[in-house]
Amino acid sequence: MTSWAFVLLFLAGARADEIPAPLSGAKGDPQRGRAIVANRQVGLCLLCHNGPFPEERFQGDLAPDLRGVGSRLTEGEIRLRLVDPARANPQTIMPAYYKTDGLTRVAPSYRGKPVLSAEQIEDVLAYLVTLK
Amino acid sequence: MRAAALFLAAFCACTQAGEIPLAERRSGYEFMGRETRAMQDDDTTNPALFALLDGETLWNRADGAAGRACAACHGDAAQSMKGVAARYPAIVGAKPLNLEQRINACRVEKQRAAAFAYESKELLALTAYVARQSRGLPIAIEANDTTRPFIDAGRALYERRQGQLNLACSQCHDDNWGRSLAGTPIPQAHPTGYPIYRLEWQAMGSLERRLRNCMIGARAEPYAYGSPEMVELELYLMWRARGMKLETPAVRP
Repeated sequence: MTSWAFVLLFLAGARADEIPAPLSGAKGDPQRGRAIVANRQVGLCLLCHNGPFPEERFQGDLAPDLRGVGSRLTEGEIRLRLVDPARANPQTIMPAYYKTDGLTRVAPSYRGKPVLSAEQIEDVLAYLVTLK
Repeated sequence: MRAAALFLAAFCACTQAGEIPLAERRSGYEFMGRETRAMQDDDTTNPALFALLDGETLWNRADGAAGRACAACHGDAAQSMKGVAARYPAIVGAKPLNLEQRINACRVEKQRAAAFAYESKELLALTAYVARQSRGLPIAIEANDTTRPFIDAGRALYERRQGQLNLACSQCHDDNWGRSLAGTPIPQAHPTGYPIYRLEWQAMGSLERRLRNCMIGARAEPYAYGSPEMVELELYLMWRARGMKLETPAVRP
């Protein structure tokens, strides 16, 4: 994004690196969110990230530690980074969790489906903001 | 302030690792634990031993309508097959064939036998036996006018994001090798020891099987066995590993 576009967005009151509004009506549940983050088939987060999960022996270190993410980023900034992290960093290795376009050769069973549902994103978010 | 942070993030994102310098390349062997290395190093405990013995039997067994064994034409594999696997995939006619395809072409054309199925016990055994004759030799894939278009196609596939998780091979194996994916070190993806005995499979398997595993992990539709894309990717990876020593049959975790 050019700096001019950024300025325009700023003037318009919308910031480019956050999604302020929840994706679903219901408020996320941090307990469910924690379970999603820890699940290797659902959230997949711990393949790349470390976090406060003493019960999980095998965690990744490709990506920032999840500890403190609630202090480093606002809720809206974390939401954007779950939905489509490339909008914050075009080179990121992190998959977009709520996006179905712009992908190549998606396996048939996953085609047209986001990695997580809107409700699951809000659950994960409700958990991540507690990691101060 | 926020603009500055955004700029900094964009700047950092641009400093990707890129292709691994030749001198920094490391076989997957070097990322393994001591016990797995020992299992590979000792011919009597390497679980691929049985595949090698089966391969030797197949090499010497007359087969097909022609009633000929591999050995009838090629003689002692230790002599005739030495260095062959280090040159595959190779251009045959107008396109690259991998070692499995070359063996099957010989079966169909010379032995007049049915091709072995991909990942069949027989094809893995015969391929492992042939490739074993090149153990310790440097991978000898050259980029020239004939091979370059296929190497480039393989590289494009290697660098292309794919699947629901939108991952390119290069993002893990060039940019993040040595780091931990779910507690396991990411290797550099040099195909130095195929067919391998993979502990996770409890079986022998080809490079294509291993590549398909990664594609399925990224929730991509894997390319079919023997498809042009797969062979181009194999060719690129072998070229990328040029000069590294073949270890077949390697053991991997």
